[in-house]
Amino acid sequence: MKTIFTDDITSAVRNLCIQACTVLGNDVIHQLNFALETEESSIGRMVLEKIIQNAETAATEHIPLCQDTGMAVVFLEIGQDVHIVGDLLPNAINEGVRQGYKDGFLRKSTLDPITRVNFGDNTPAVIHTEIVAGEKFKITLAPKGFGSENMSRVMMFPPSAGIEGAKDFIVQRVLESGGNPCPPVVIGVGLGGTFEKSALIAKKALLRSLGLQNPDPVLASLEAELLGRINSSGIGPMGLGGKTTALAVHINSYPTHIASLPVAVNIQCHSCRHAEVEL
Amino acid sequence: MSAQPRKIFAPLDSIVVNSLRAGDVALLSGVIITGRDAAHKRMVDLIQAGEPLPFQIEGEVIYYVGPTPAPPGRPIGAAGPTTSYRMDHYAPLLIEKGLKGMIGKGQRSKEVKNAMIKWGAVYFAAIGGTGALMSRCVKEAEVIAWDELGPEAVRKLLVEDMPLIVATDVLGNDLYSTGPAHYKTASNALK
Repeated sequence: MKTIFTDDITSAVRNLCIQACTVLGNDVIHQLNFALETEESSIGRMVLEKIIQNAETAATEHIPLCQDTGMAVVFLEIGQDVHIVGDLLPNAINEGVRQGYKDGFLRKSTLDPITRVNFGDNTPAVIHTEIVAGEKFKITLAPKGFGSENMSRVMMFPPSAGIEGAKDFIVQRVLESGGNPCPPVVIGVGLGGTFEKSALIAKKALLRSLGLQNPDPVLASLEAELLGRINSSGIGPMGLGGKTTALAVHINSYPTHIASLPVAVNIQCHSCRHAEVEL
Repeated sequence: MSAQPRKIFAPLDSIVVNSLRAGDVALLSGVIITGRDAAHKRMVDLIQAGEPLPFQIEGEVIYYVGPTPAPPGRPIGAAGPTTSYRMDHYAPLLIEKGLKGMIGKGQRSKEVKNAMIKWGAVYFAAIGGTGALMSRCVKEAEVIAWDELGPEAVRKLLVEDMPLIVATDVLGNDLYSTGPAHYKTASNALK
């Protein structure tokens, strides 16, 4: 049995908020540099250069990568031999978000959906918990900007639509989004499950490192096909035309019901931010 | 389509507004105002009620941005563009009232483009997700209205060499249509 104190969780979440919002992952920078080599549009190349420069400036000058520092989405992997001591776990996480967004000079974007009055501290976080074996305690913090979140959709297809219907829906969603979600984007897809499960696995797909092959060969081949179709659309960097509309398509699947084919498309801007720590 | 940046100054001269073409790359310096969702609703509500605005929009350039808080020693935090379509509902009235330029990201509605043609206004795309770089173009920032809106308050910014791309011009040319059409490959994305 391993004991984890919630004060340590708060402090870890605080640091993850600041890190995720200012330091872009090397996997993303690598893919952007690769896109810069292959992009044909001069405006597209200029956009990609500025995006790469922005990541350098953000990291060295400790300025957020983007003014939309997002809603704090937290994924927890908790080993079933872990004992959490102190405050209630969600309270500890929200306190970490509160401190991180204040101390990191990050933007506070959460508000009441009806009155639209801003809470001023960017809480509450959206927390997803998974129970795993052993004594693992892993926190992943993914600040989600809403320029791209607004372009995301869930569709409950009838089985007759088949995988071809799902593929067309995914490509169509990216085409209709155009420049709005800040391409080049990363596309998280959830195939199957229930309504909410499809959305959750689509979001989780965004956490996979760019360039890392899907272990399922069927999904890997589907990802490659969709990426090719999306990048032939011409939308390009920031939607102004070019060959780089998406950096990657990541698909997660889950068994579903005889009556349905849920398809979730979670669009992520080029600022594919997440930071993780194990306590 | 010229990749050579052209230096332009805000407030924009109408000769400059009329001469900018979709696909031009520009570096903007001068004084601009900011406003996004909540500020646009307030502006249009006031105009429709016949009330004066607490700042001038005639002849101005508005930047759709909700910056992060300014850290010590800096005028502003990260300050990249937000998605423009959410302002489409409000923009035609502001253009009619004399707004000359808009800076944001993403394509605009037919109604906004028609108002731009009719009243003479230009729409610039800034590069979304480059908040840190854009922050360095802002030399001074001051809240001029609705401080209680926090990141959505209206600010006056002094900017220098802000990198922009003319997305939609006074003739209705739109890089969000022509750019993708040019780079679309024969094997259609939608089979």
